[in-house]
Amino acid sequence: MILIWLIVILFVAGILAGMAARWNPLLSRLIALTAIGVDFLLAAGLWSGTASISAAQSAQHTWIAEADWDWVPSFGIHFHLAVDGLSLLMLMLTFFLGIVAVLASWTEIREKVGFFHFNLLWVLSGIAGVFLAVDLFLFYFAWELMLIPMYFLILIWGHERRVYAATKFFLFTQLSGLLMLIAILALYFIHHQTTGVYTFEYSELLGTHMSSGVELWIMLGFFVAFAVKLPAVPLHTWLPDAHTEAPTAGSVILAGLLLKTGAYGLLRFVIPLFPQAAHEFTPIALVLAVTGIVYGAVMAYAQTDFKRLVAYTSVSHLGFVLLGVFSWNPLALQGAIITMVCHGLSTGGLFVMVGGLQERIHTRDLERMGGLWAVAPRLSGAVLFFSMASLGLPGIGDFVGEFLVLLGSYKISVPITVAASIGILASTFYALRMVQRAFHGPNTQAWRLPDLNLREGLMVGTMIVGLLWLGLYPQTVLNTFGPALQNLQNEAQTARR
Amino acid sequence: MSTDDLLALLPLLLIAASAVVVMLGIGLKRSPALAVGFTLGGLIAAFVSIWAAVPVAPRQVTPLLLVDNYALFYVGLIVASAAVVAFLSYQYFEEHEGQREELYLLLLLATLGCAVLVASSHFASFLLGLELLSVSLYGMVAYLTDRRAALEAGIKYLILASASAAFLLFGMALIYADTGTMEFSRLRDLSSGAPGFTLLAGIALTITGIGFKLGVVPFHLWTPDVYQGGSPPVTAFVATTSKSAMVALMLRYAYLSGALQYHAVFLVFAIIAVLSMCAGNLMALRQTNVKRILAYSSIAHFGYILVAFLVGSAIAIEAVAFYLVAYTVTMLAAFGIVTILSGSGHDAGDMDDLEDYRGLFWRRPAIAGVFTAALLSLAGIPATMGFVGKFYILAAGANEQAWPLILILVVTSVAGLFYYLRIVAALYADPTEQAAPVPAVSRSATLVLAVLALLLIWLGVYPAPLLNLIRTFTA
Repeated sequence: MILIWLIVILFVAGILAGMAARWNPLLSRLIALTAIGVDFLLAAGLWSGTASISAAQSAQHTWIAEADWDWVPSFGIHFHLAVDGLSLLMLMLTFFLGIVAVLASWTEIREKVGFFHFNLLWVLSGIAGVFLAVDLFLFYFAWELMLIPMYFLILIWGHERRVYAATKFFLFTQLSGLLMLIAILALYFIHHQTTGVYTFEYSELLGTHMSSGVELWIMLGFFVAFAVKLPAVPLHTWLPDAHTEAPTAGSVILAGLLLKTGAYGLLRFVIPLFPQAAHEFTPIALVLAVTGIVYGAVMAYAQTDFKRLVAYTSVSHLGFVLLGVFSWNPLALQGAIITMVCHGLSTGGLFVMVGGLQERIHTRDLERMGGLWAVAPRLSGAVLFFSMASLGLPGIGDFVGEFLVLLGSYKISVPITVAASIGILASTFYALRMVQRAFHGPNTQAWRLPDLNLREGLMVGTMIVGLLWLGLYPQTVLNTFGPALQNLQNEAQTARR
Repeated sequence: MSTDDLLALLPLLLIAASAVVVMLGIGLKRSPALAVGFTLGGLIAAFVSIWAAVPVAPRQVTPLLLVDNYALFYVGLIVASAAVVAFLSYQYFEEHEGQREELYLLLLLATLGCAVLVASSHFASFLLGLELLSVSLYGMVAYLTDRRAALEAGIKYLILASASAAFLLFGMALIYADTGTMEFSRLRDLSSGAPGFTLLAGIALTITGIGFKLGVVPFHLWTPDVYQGGSPPVTAFVATTSKSAMVALMLRYAYLSGALQYHAVFLVFAIIAVLSMCAGNLMALRQTNVKRILAYSSIAHFGYILVAFLVGSAIAIEAVAFYLVAYTVTMLAAFGIVTILSGSGHDAGDMDDLEDYRGLFWRRPAIAGVFTAALLSLAGIPATMGFVGKFYILAAGANEQAWPLILILVVTSVAGLFYYLRIVAALYADPTEQAAPVPAVSRSATLVLAVLALLLIWLGVYPAPLLNLIRTFTA
């Protein structure tokens, strides 16, 4: 029952926050903050409950919590929500970054505050739906539903080329999403042909028998949808535009959460449902992953727009996730999931900082910055920390993730791993160049700006602590998703036999 | 004629009777309120009488009309949408200076024509229904005689519809010459084996007539002009009621006569479907007039419906029924918005330019919200009826493995999304300085729109009741 509340609270709070702004914008922000906070606590409550049962649970496939209702009986569609360690981790990340998003727009968004928080809460509720759904129809429903508020966030509060960016984002995700819908339907009917049961239920569709050609096509339908979201080169072109034009909260949610839904989809659906096809597809996926890692890093190096630079680093980092997922061994998978979480924190942090910087000096152009360290040391230090996370400094979470991915992929293919390591090297260049351009050198424009205030300091401080925790003692997180990961691997294994 | 026959025909008889009542009423006292009152009363009575007709269905009343659950379902849809159109017309024509009452007379006659079409199982009733509908529509489209665009649209519709009716008649004659029957169901028995040239030519000509009414490519040329020129409530009727009736007839004609089993006929319909999906969506991209955008969008939507029609399984027939309901509700909501924001008294014409809608959300959030819901439904985004409809069609297609058709559907519908998003982007843009003032909207109009929007979202989120209804009625 608690699972439906996670969605409903955000949904209702969205409407309340939308109406409250008529009287007082502050009330709207507070409602948003409270609702996401309550959800975070609920998720944390579930998480603290897992510590005791995880060992017993790994033996058989049971969810930590689930809720199931009939929805459209004539099609066998259920409103079925469930969490395991993986989705729980993603939910915690969702609610945490949700709080960050509200705080980051505290002073940035001054117009149309009510509708802003309405959209913000609804996009979070859609994302929560994606991580919770175990009925494929419901999954698709939430998958599409989270796009509309995101579209509005970019369209209304975005920067200069917002209409273009928002439309491009919507069209890319919609086309790939519809291909996934066809794939879901194909799977649904094939399952019916072999078993006589109409169902969209994830656990029942696992291990559906089909010929390898069909399996490959259906897998591709899913893969395209997730690869666009991830994003995998060459389906990434919506990302730099959307991330750059979105308001800070939008960028945080896009980079921190929407990209993760793609990775989550690969982990949860693509490989367990189609292990054979995924296995055959692995070489191509690995090449795509490495291309993304190197291409993203090189493109990031070439940017002069601070936000666009950060956007391209996402392409590079999510390449590691793709590499980890398709390497499909315990080390690589653990690495992929840790990278997902850490990328959410470190890139989210960078976007918050860039947004704060833009709010202060009204530009994102690196050429016009310089010498900011002397003026705003706390802000500059925070950016330095997140850049170090991004370039993979040991001791920070991102390093653990990428290192594990490389360890895992080494067993699959040495050349691919070598090429991916070059990507890490390239990340050093863009991260250092970014810090150098913005904060060192002469302050040619004679910028004077206020440093981080308490609200920003708290937000950034928490994210830094989180990254250090993941970097120094990742075991807590590994324990959380460990049993879930084991289950996914078992499912893929049994289905292949 | 027995009591059961009369009972089966009760919905049709009530529509016809209310037309007579409205006509006599106009003779006694001219009052738009009275006319619309009788119209709505008659339509509601007809809707209620469907429950009286259900127990006696299916029943062949004379060789002309087959009243079964399928027909009654569509009669319900037609009557309900006509009632909404009548209500919208009252709003729209409130400030019209000429005679306003005859519009309702025409509306009732056109609705009767539609009801005859969906119950038709014979070429004679097919033609009767079609002509009753068309002739009333000429008058309705050109009703605002002081507007050039309306007159132009009316004449265009008159000429093209007459031509297509002539083709249709000729086609019927050819089929009759070849088989000697005018009943749909007997065509199948009489024309077993390879079809001769006369029969195929006849079927092709009847497709012309059907295609014209549906406004599918290549018979779509009238659509944008009539949509733009006609007053919005009338356009809503053309777009929803008349087209739903035609689809219902097409399904019955094609499946009863077995025409779709001929390879050539199937191919023709497939080409029409693909062309409509592509052309409708692509041509809408460059439009800046909301009514024209909706016109091209409706061309594309009937392309989608043809996909399900071509698939032809039981689930596909349900898909068509659901899609039509979704499309009707959505289009009524969209044209309802245009209607209540416009008005026959406005000198500048209807509020249909994309620029007029710029920033509407910040001035009239409720109206813009309903419009957004309607546009998202047309685009087939989840949580709207349009999505469930599209899902149904894709499911029907996937079930019969019609991959090329549904892939084209998906790709073209994404192209279509682009122009819906253009309207949405305009709705939420910052309002321009010299934006025209938005007229006040009456409370009753807001209520009707709110009901349509609620229906749109409620049945989009929880479609089970409607699905069950369709399953029992069209099985």
